[in-house]
Amino acid sequence: MTINEIQDEIIDDFSMFGDWMEKYEYIIDLGKTLPIIDEQYKDEDHLIKGCQSKVWLHADKQGNKVVFTADSDAIITKGIISLLVKVLSEQNPEAVKDADLYFIDKIGLKEHLSPTRSNGLVSMVKQMKLYGLALTQAQ
Amino acid sequence: MADTITKNKVGFDIEKVRKEFPLLSREMNGKPLVFLDSAASSQKPQVLLDSIEHYYKHLHSNVHRGVYQLSQEATNAHEHGRKQIQQFINAASDKEIIFVRGTTEGINLVASSYGRKFLKEGDEVLVSAMEHHSNIVPWQLACEQAGAHLKVIPINDKGELLMDELDELLTERTKIVSLVHVSNALGTINPVKEVIAKAHAKGIPVLVDGAQAIPHMKIDVQELDADFYVFSGHKMFGPTGIGILYGKEKWLNEMPPYHGGGEMIKTVTFEKTTYNELPFKFEAGTPDIEGSIGIGVAAEYIQQIGQEAIAQYEHELLEYATAQLSQIEGIRFVGTADNKASVISFLIDGTHPYDVGTILDKLGIAVRTGHHCTQPLMDRFDIPGTVRASFAFYNNKEDIDRLVEGVKKAASMLR
Ligand SMILES: Cc1ncc(COP(=O)(O)O)c(C=O)c1O
Repeated sequence: MTINEIQDEIIDDFSMFGDWMEKYEYIIDLGKTLPIIDEQYKDEDHLIKGCQSKVWLHADKQGNKVVFTADSDAIITKGIISLLVKVLSEQNPEAVKDADLYFIDKIGLKEHLSPTRSNGLVSMVKQMKLYGLALTQAQ
Repeated sequence: MADTITKNKVGFDIEKVRKEFPLLSREMNGKPLVFLDSAASSQKPQVLLDSIEHYYKHLHSNVHRGVYQLSQEATNAHEHGRKQIQQFINAASDKEIIFVRGTTEGINLVASSYGRKFLKEGDEVLVSAMEHHSNIVPWQLACEQAGAHLKVIPINDKGELLMDELDELLTERTKIVSLVHVSNALGTINPVKEVIAKAHAKGIPVLVDGAQAIPHMKIDVQELDADFYVFSGHKMFGPTGIGILYGKEKWLNEMPPYHGGGEMIKTVTFEKTTYNELPFKFEAGTPDIEGSIGIGVAAEYIQQIGQEAIAQYEHELLEYATAQLSQIEGIRFVGTADNKASVISFLIDGTHPYDVGTILDKLGIAVRTGHHCTQPLMDRFDIPGTVRASFAFYNNKEDIDRLVEGVKKAASMLR
């Protein structure tokens, strides 16, 4: 699936939630259930330090695709990470670089991707796109 | 316990006071706002808003400069603010009241100016383990410049200063002690009077960061015998952008100016400039006139409510909140000093502060999460941060009940 097809699917999933509680319960569940990074990558080199929560990000090139794995010490942050990974991982680097992540706004989680929130997510997205750029140029 | 907080026991009418703060009637995420982040910045009473509007409608012009009547009136209002603050903290003279932008600028002023004059290679500056970054970084800059060293008074697990260690840390190399009065992250009220007495016995001056003390208790700088006392208007129900540096005249006279510009000079030639007298020597440029007026109004407002009544009421809020929160399974309080202001920092086992804060926000409850600009302190407790609820006299028991309910909800969702 393309990045936008995955985004649209997520928007569709979220449209079923009645209120903020159901939505957050779902995100928290995502955060709890997904083991999304190899322990060896949870080190200083892979750390993106937000003021509020920490994020670890690892990128791998497999064939012509970039594969992301990531984690956070805060569970809501981690839940949102798993959505971002779902959207951007296993895509080709150029698509990652150019991705317009409209789904975040559409599912009402924009506040978590505001720079003032300082939870590491903004820097993480920036970093993912940088990997996209670097791997595009490497091709 | 709940019944102890009633109108009759408190020296003021809480519901009436709440109505004087227009912002408190806002809704947040569809629920009535519960504002528990006054330690970051407090809300503003209507009298303050009125005074600012009145100033711009009727008095505004530049101060200390015009020969005309309007400028004279603005100058009088500006200087009246200074006098109100002098009286508020019982300074010996209004020359000792320097208008600054806030606590941060006040500390930077002293660190830079006192540092340039008095700090030499090998000297030491003493702070505590519970300082806000704004009482660490300016001193690091000053120390770096002089080749001096920063020393730290350690604390115990309750978040109290180790006073025995203090005696050893005060040496002939110590040139100044800079200490927080009330910790913003822990709520600890430090025994500043005792620290000042110990430092003075060795001829060492003391700066007190009063940012978190000023909204909660009566401050008498002469009684404390503080050499410098610094605070922000916005944490004491006044405007943002204004703060106070109180300094003993003898120190301020000896210190070189901080910023250069208009207002702070006596004569200027390209060869040599002579400086104005106190307090103007430290007030370069056009001041924050609405701020100086506003902080005076805020001080008067606090005094009208009554500082003793405020302290007593907030203590009851603190005890009630501590007792209610204690019932939550897996709660851990960070900062359990015997002598505390109305600040509660806590963690819930198996949850991250950011997550708890996010859920509380959805419930209309504003608390602070994170390291509270005290990273070395968080490292001392080996935690990433805390959830912090802080109370002002406009908070009530219902606010606390909503908080407790919210934390329970967050815990059940997150664990
Ligand atoms: C103890 C303490 N010191 C200093 C400051 C800095 O105050 P301001 O940002 O108003 O300069 C704060 C504010 O959070 C504080 O709590």
